[in-house]
Amino acid sequence: MLKVKDLKAEINGREILRGINLEIHPGEVHAIMGPNGSGKSTLSMVLAGNPAYTVTGGEATLCGKNLLDMTPEVRSHEGLFLGFQYPVEIPGVSMVNFMRAAINAKREYFHQPPMSAADFLKLMREKRAVVELDNKLASRSVNEGFSGGEKKRNEIFQMAMLEPKLSILDETDSGLDIDALRIVANGVNKLRSKDNSTIVITHYQRLLDYIAPDFVHILYKGRIVMTGGPELALELEERGYDWIKEQEDAK
Amino acid sequence: MNALNQYIELYDASRHDIDCHSAEVLNALRPEAADILRTATLPRQGADNYENCDLEQMLAPDFGIDLNDLFPIPANMPPMPEGVLLGSLRTIAQSHPELVSKYYGHAADIHNPVVALNTMLVRDGLMLYVPKGVALKSPIQLINVLNDVRPLMSIRRILVVLDEGAEAGLMVCDRTQRDNVDYLALQTVELFVGPGATLHYYDLEESSAHTGRISSLYLRQERDSRVTVNGHTLFNGTTRNEYHCRFMGENASLKLYGMAIEDCERHISTYSRIEHGVPHCHSDELFKISADGESRCAFTGRIVVEEGAVGTEAYQACRNLLASDQARVEARPELEIYNDDVKCSHGCATGQLDETQLFYMRTRGIPEPQARLLLRQAFMNDVIDAIEMPGLRDRLRLLVEKRFAGAQAPCSSCALADSNNPSNKKCQ
Repeated sequence: MLKVKDLKAEINGREILRGINLEIHPGEVHAIMGPNGSGKSTLSMVLAGNPAYTVTGGEATLCGKNLLDMTPEVRSHEGLFLGFQYPVEIPGVSMVNFMRAAINAKREYFHQPPMSAADFLKLMREKRAVVELDNKLASRSVNEGFSGGEKKRNEIFQMAMLEPKLSILDETDSGLDIDALRIVANGVNKLRSKDNSTIVITHYQRLLDYIAPDFVHILYKGRIVMTGGPELALELEERGYDWIKEQEDAK
Repeated sequence: MNALNQYIELYDASRHDIDCHSAEVLNALRPEAADILRTATLPRQGADNYENCDLEQMLAPDFGIDLNDLFPIPANMPPMPEGVLLGSLRTIAQSHPELVSKYYGHAADIHNPVVALNTMLVRDGLMLYVPKGVALKSPIQLINVLNDVRPLMSIRRILVVLDEGAEAGLMVCDRTQRDNVDYLALQTVELFVGPGATLHYYDLEESSAHTGRISSLYLRQERDSRVTVNGHTLFNGTTRNEYHCRFMGENASLKLYGMAIEDCERHISTYSRIEHGVPHCHSDELFKISADGESRCAFTGRIVVEEGAVGTEAYQACRNLLASDQARVEARPELEIYNDDVKCSHGCATGQLDETQLFYMRTRGIPEPQARLLLRQAFMNDVIDAIEMPGLRDRLRLLVEKRFAGAQAPCSSCALADSNNPSNKKCQ
């Protein structure tokens, strides 16, 4: 599904990713953890194609296609989805118009005609249920005036609409209370299948209680320094990151 | 060099003809207007309140004067409630001289050179009078179409008088049918809104790049009146829009909104002045400009809160989107406050599309050009949302979408729309 090889990237001349190696197969859930500033969000931004970041080396492919050559919109069409840590408010653009533009752009990419209004509304209704998103929110401007929890639910709703192959969820748990966390996590689990994969970026084991990962990676100073099973997250929860920092800094 | 001279000479030579094609009430003000113009000079471009506005250049061509009746009243005008007067200003000034002379020229400042020029030469226009307590159920649409094969200056007047408790909506559309003929529209608008009356006034310009438009709007609001003035410039050549608003009675409210979508080498200069002369009035002003290409845009807005106008609430905002490196916007929000018991704010921001929003949309698969388009449409949304006629609001949203998408067709819902004559050529 996703192959990342020695990926290096910088922003404003500052190197953040210093050689990431990662391989994800269909059906897998990978958790990426790590202390603040280790490069977790940068990795998600670089994979999604944020033009503010410059890739200085390495490779990244999605289903064999070179991601780094694609615009962010083509990455989306090819099946990449990024759930934002801070979903962006777009006053004046309604959720309906936003999603319709997104869905139809993808259909156009695959030489399909635009979806009919009736089918589209049906799809909206169906996918809204996945994260119990209120119809009122769907008729408002994108994320405008949404609470923190509603914004995160809206991210998962969009993911449900776009049916990506690979979803990167960047701190989807931040700012969520227990109930919202459960709804969001349930939404992610409902969308899981043997054909799609998920990267969950998080600080806390808590989310992983709901979304069980197959692998846990620890990112530190722009590199994946340790990979393990779900038990690694538990160990981190107990011991913190200091032992990893010490171990790495000693090298 | 004084572009006014040719018009003064024209007036001196044709005064009799002009008078014969107009009404006594209008004729009565001409000599004073002419005298003012004989000693007047036009404000220079860049002078205070005239940023990006060269009146001298706009009035330089010798358009002459067209004595043809410019105001054909359609035969199938729907019947109006009793007492309502709607139609040619000239005709109504002849049949109801007392009513018209009570208002005509009483709001517009004859010392404003463009008002003086209009007053000196104008022969006709639209008059709407709604008597006490009468509400017009349907809004009225006035469509001005410039469609002469020769260069033409259209000089017109709009006079609206709403008596106590009356309600009306008026939409004025400016259109041109030819792309390559020079036109100039010289318009003075006077709106008198009586106690407790409600007026919605909408203005839509869709004219060619060869068209100049000088519009001076004067609004007088009595106590407890409610007014919305909402101006939209979708296509234009060189436009000067002035809004002079004054509260005459307490507890009145005004929403003054406007937008301009500018590209190519279009010019727009907007000037507004809202005078709070009495206590407890509320004004809310918002102007938005999208400037692309090599357009030149200016906004000057002044709110004056006079001594004694306690309990005033006045808010002013000007937001501008710069879509190219060559476009220019000058914005001057100004507040003058002469008492302490007020709530006022003014703000001005000029910037570009938000990169974070663009990236967010692109990660959802929306191609960059379409994302930019959606964001530009969204930028104008609060001006459109302020329109209180639902049908017009939807219509305008569509027109704005089409405008940003590069469409050239004029408003096809207009009765006189001609699909063979796009309102404008696209640049490049």
